[in-house]
Amino acid sequence: MNMTTAAYIPAPTRRKQLNFLNHDYRIRSWLLTKDHKRIALLYMVSITFFFAIGGAAATLIRLELVYPTNWIVKSETYNKLFTMHGVIMVWFFLIPSIPAVLGNFLMPLMLGARDVAFPKLNLTSWYLFIIGGAFTLFALLWGGVDTGWTFYTPLSSSFSNTHVVLVVIGIFIVGFSTILTGLNFIVTTHTMRCPGMTWFRMPLFVWGMYATSVIQVLATPVLAMTLALVGIERIWRIGIFDPAIGGDPLLFQHLFWFYSHPAVYIMILPGMAVESELITCFSRKEPFGYVFIAFSSVAIAILGFLVWAHHMFVAGISVYSGLVFSMLSMVVAVPSAIKVFNWTATLYRGSISLETPMLYALGFIGLFTIGGLTGVMLATLGLDVHVHDTYFVIAHFHYIMVGGMVMAYLGGVHFWWPKITGKMYDEWWGRLSAIIIFIGFNLTFFPQFILGYIGMPRRYPVYPPEFQFWNDLSSAGASILAIGYALPLIYLLLSLRYGKDAGNNPHRATGLEWTTTSPPPEHNFHTIPVITHEPYAYYLQLKENREEEPSV
Amino acid sequence: MSKPAYVEQQYEDIGQQTHSATLGMWLFLATEVLFFGVLFVSYTVYRTRWPDAFRQGSEDLELWIGGINTAVLLTSSLFMALAVRDAKRGHNGGVAAYLGLTILFGVIFLGFKATEYTLEAHEHLVPGINFSTIPPDETSKPPSQQHPRPEQERLFMLFYFIMTAFHATHMLVGIGVMIVLIILTRRGHFSPAYHNPVEIAGLYWHFVDIVWVFLYPILYLLRQG
Amino acid sequence: MTGVPFFPPEASTFAPQVDALFFFELCVAAFFTFLIFTCIVYFCIRYRRRSDDEFPPKMPSHYGLEAAWTVVPFLLMLVMYFWGAQLYVDMKRPAERGLEIHVIGKQWMWKIEHPEGVREIDEMHVPVGVPIKLVLASQDVIHDFFIPAFRMKQDLVPGGYVTEWFQATQTGTYYLFCSQYCGAGHSSMVGKIYVMSEPDYQAWLAGAVPAENPAAAGKQLFTSLGCDQCHGQRAPNLAGLYGSKVSLQDGSTIIADEQYLRDSITNPSSQIVAAYPAVMPSYLGQISEEQLYELIQFIKSLTAVRNLPAGEVSQPPAPALGAPATRPAPGEQPGSVPNFPPAETPYPPPPSPPTEGR
Repeated sequence: MNMTTAAYIPAPTRRKQLNFLNHDYRIRSWLLTKDHKRIALLYMVSITFFFAIGGAAATLIRLELVYPTNWIVKSETYNKLFTMHGVIMVWFFLIPSIPAVLGNFLMPLMLGARDVAFPKLNLTSWYLFIIGGAFTLFALLWGGVDTGWTFYTPLSSSFSNTHVVLVVIGIFIVGFSTILTGLNFIVTTHTMRCPGMTWFRMPLFVWGMYATSVIQVLATPVLAMTLALVGIERIWRIGIFDPAIGGDPLLFQHLFWFYSHPAVYIMILPGMAVESELITCFSRKEPFGYVFIAFSSVAIAILGFLVWAHHMFVAGISVYSGLVFSMLSMVVAVPSAIKVFNWTATLYRGSISLETPMLYALGFIGLFTIGGLTGVMLATLGLDVHVHDTYFVIAHFHYIMVGGMVMAYLGGVHFWWPKITGKMYDEWWGRLSAIIIFIGFNLTFFPQFILGYIGMPRRYPVYPPEFQFWNDLSSAGASILAIGYALPLIYLLLSLRYGKDAGNNPHRATGLEWTTTSPPPEHNFHTIPVITHEPYAYYLQLKENREEEPSV
Repeated sequence: MSKPAYVEQQYEDIGQQTHSATLGMWLFLATEVLFFGVLFVSYTVYRTRWPDAFRQGSEDLELWIGGINTAVLLTSSLFMALAVRDAKRGHNGGVAAYLGLTILFGVIFLGFKATEYTLEAHEHLVPGINFSTIPPDETSKPPSQQHPRPEQERLFMLFYFIMTAFHATHMLVGIGVMIVLIILTRRGHFSPAYHNPVEIAGLYWHFVDIVWVFLYPILYLLRQG
Repeated sequence: MTGVPFFPPEASTFAPQVDALFFFELCVAAFFTFLIFTCIVYFCIRYRRRSDDEFPPKMPSHYGLEAAWTVVPFLLMLVMYFWGAQLYVDMKRPAERGLEIHVIGKQWMWKIEHPEGVREIDEMHVPVGVPIKLVLASQDVIHDFFIPAFRMKQDLVPGGYVTEWFQATQTGTYYLFCSQYCGAGHSSMVGKIYVMSEPDYQAWLAGAVPAENPAAAGKQLFTSLGCDQCHGQRAPNLAGLYGSKVSLQDGSTIIADEQYLRDSITNPSSQIVAAYPAVMPSYLGQISEEQLYELIQFIKSLTAVRNLPAGEVSQPPAPALGAPATRPAPGEQPGSVPNFPPAETPYPPPPSPPTEGR
């Protein structure tokens, strides 16, 4: 009655064991690697760099908003700041974050494979990411772009005097990075599972990544062509989107949001995928409804393609369109609700321990719930008319993307840090940072709900003085949040030198990645595992719980 | 268990590799559908908005070149299918020959396309470069005898050039891939046990063909006589 | 901490309705947030790990619970949906009659044009308790007309007109914001809405310096742009056009509203009147939004005595030909709320009877 036939590898002895990190130290072995684990680390460093830039823009934004008038930057500069904040955070941090870092590292391990289906394509994805980032950074340094990350026409196609074409090229290129990563993950899930690993024996993380990849593959090409048309319009002034020469600005919005709404699901499904792993491990229980969570991920991916015009309720679409899209937007909220209830129910009668990753996971549930419920408010037609394009929307999506996705990313990084590096970080600092981030986050973004309802529009560097109180609360919170983000950078890096050795499975989690060494060897497993039971079988760890070997 | 050299390191056997590569190509083609889809949708929106201008645009295109090109491209797909058939049977000579014919017909297509673009440039139909509402052979006539083009024909021409240019780019990439495949075939790289790259290149080429089968009617055929 | 706003003023008929819906959703959201929060805290305490070898037994699936927490939230959302949809439809259904004000948004200011010819920049005076119809147009990029106190918002997309309506319920001064990012001066497109009692409003109108009557300016444009070369001879007669049903070449009929008139000037080939050739050139890009407004006001002012086929909207009777144009003297207002200026000298009827309409 074995749990798995994977060879058990004891914790490293004094003699240094060869693993994926130390078998080759040459630069070219990193820059020309085909190892998904190394590619994951290349991404981790890159996206941390971009997070710092996007975060610097956010810092300047919140600093400027402390006073109602221009006091640090003039309005033209402010407009460039929020544009770059959006562009960098969306395409160069959030979209790659969990898929390219944790997905790349973990997918083959979780599936019992030696690598992804297309390792060379995987490296190509990273290079495309870097090249796209280079174009975008160059545009930033050479004067910036001031269209907003949404590039609405005709402002972006005919009126802006900034380097729109350069940024659009950068996003076009990084879009292909996303597409190829998604393609890789879909094929890997279909064809690279180890013997015995049926679809319903896969970890929920894989289901979440699979759903994300479907969106990446199908939605991103639409963005690529839409932005290409904006670039063409800028260069050749034909009249695709500029009404003065016969074009239709609303066509741009439909095309843009047809991509960008599914894109926001790219920016939360991976967080949900991590969440399922964290909650189960730190409750030592199987998920309350595995099949429900798995199918919810797929449902979100599909339904996410049907709701785009809820960004356009006051843009000039017909009342009938509004009615249809509002209804569909309500429907898409249901699978997310199912997940939240399932995660909470997983805690019931679990064995709960509040390590750092679990603090992030619990924070995720609360903040995602608030973000999701305010999303339902925005989907409600009569209400959206008032709060559309105000700080209410900004608060909503930051609750999901920062309170949700970023917390999940940090939780995942902390959870799998021992596996990736072989080292444990300082748990005390980990928990403190998680709490600081939670407090700082709420102080930053909750006042913005109020600001939005009383009427402060988005993208305003200058505002009526009576709005200052809430702005100052928000900026104060941002400074706390910044500290919270800086701390992990420090103690995680320090753990590489001073952390204690982790061992294969410090949290006694299920999942194939925990059966191999920390860090794993270059080819993941000495022998390919064979799966004979369902996932998350925590109960099997105790003899009393083992009755019949249940089959799935 | 040692694997043949043509099975890459991450795969257990050729079956897994073939399955992965084929699925990957189908997914890639799905992305291409959405990529071109934006252009088809935008074209449709503008066609309904400016029906006369777009009809005029269709009439200003060279129907006979478009028609010949369609026949040429469909024939090239036939040759591609024959190349794949020979690859399955291990007839490497046939594979190289048929791939060569596919390339030849692809080049013929591109040659006609280039000629067509030149004709359109002479007619002052290229938006952003020299599009003019007065046809060049009427510039010397008095205004009352001119038949000016609708202003929005510029938009039709833009879609024509963008869609056919993206299509032509995809053909160039396909031709490049086939040149590589010919070289590999002549080196004895493929066999009945391993020939999947030829098959999935075939998938790609057929897809490029299908895009043209949609482009041709909506660009050339929606005209009045 | 004086004057920290927690809530916007309720100053329109819609405001309390929007707020009621918001409070309902807020309560539902708060309920579920606290429910989840409480469960998490309770479970984390009650089921905290007591020993490192603690592994709970497997729990059976509970499809009933899954169904419950799928269906109940969905039903709650259906309530929100229908409530919100009803409100939205009401907001979009324009009032039958009302004061019509024309708004042009441009980088980076609001130009408000009252029908009597009074113009305002970044300010709008309106009477309380009267339905107000706004016709919105953008000169350049997309703007958005947002009055938080009225819970009202509408994008101004260049290339067309949108209408929006509201009825103010409380006098006072309220903010107007542009809430669609429009470039460097986006946050300076802030204005004030002055809601006044009816007598105060009339007094203000009387005191405001009227600019040139937009219809008169439109008449000058009609000549200077050469419109009168065709219209009246080989092009359809425009007298009485506004508000009537027009039969188009493709067999459909359309009501000649502001958007129709605008499209006829900027995209004439998209809607050719039946039995007329498609020779009218487009003026797209050659005239500004203000000039379009003036032309349309002029066309709207054209009334004619004609035999209207059954089913067509009848126009108010025109003054006799040759009667001098009149404008209300300052301080004197007609009893009913005017929609457009009084009729100008009607356009002379064409030599042959017009063929539009069946």
